[in-house]
Amino acid sequence: MTEENANIRKIMHVMRRAPHGTIYTYEGLEMILIMAAYEQDLSVAFIGDGVYALKKDQQTEGIGIKGFSRTFMALDGYDVEKLYVDEASLAERGLSEEDLLVDVEIMDSGAIGRLMNEQDVVIHH
Amino acid sequence: MLHTINKSPFESATMETCFRFLQPGDPVLFIEDGVYAVESANRFSSDIREALESNPVYALKPDLDARGIATLTEGVLTVDYNGFVALVEEHRMNSWL
Repeated sequence: MTEENANIRKIMHVMRRAPHGTIYTYEGLEMILIMAAYEQDLSVAFIGDGVYALKKDQQTEGIGIKGFSRTFMALDGYDVEKLYVDEASLAERGLSEEDLLVDVEIMDSGAIGRLMNEQDVVIHH
Repeated sequence: MLHTINKSPFESATMETCFRFLQPGDPVLFIEDGVYAVESANRFSSDIREALESNPVYALKPDLDARGIATLTEGVLTVDYNGFVALVEEHRMNSWL
């Protein structure tokens, strides 16, 4: 067990882009799922347009893609439970916690910045 | 934690976003098109000066030279590739791509 623990890294994924205009969010989500399989200490921060990835009621049939917002709801099942949303990013988009489809912790930028600083690795998407 | 920024602030909000999450004392390094941020007397000079109050700010010299940027906001330091490597050796990375 101790040997296994030595390989655990604190890794934060930072989602910064809106979900469908580019493939960053989708690729980021895939990377999170792959890393979860290796039992790393994962957290995900949603900042800037990244908060749009969590918006409820995304219906993507009309743009011909499957949509992946519901996969964020499944992260819990992969033990990825630390989801943080930047309060200022939500507010400037006129959104609130009720507009998001998963349970997240809403934090101010300073608090998320401090969490970033505690990570071994920070990966932006 | 070393923060690198590679986007022009005129084109993208990456620098502003980075600065909002930046912890005091952490170095910031502008590279590629990010270096346009530190040219003196531009729209972002006051943001750079504000950052310099709590954080060291660097720009990569070869990227400045490639873009003809010779005058920098006062207090911004330049590093060459070896300096870049030294910063990376000393700090964990946060690349704001």
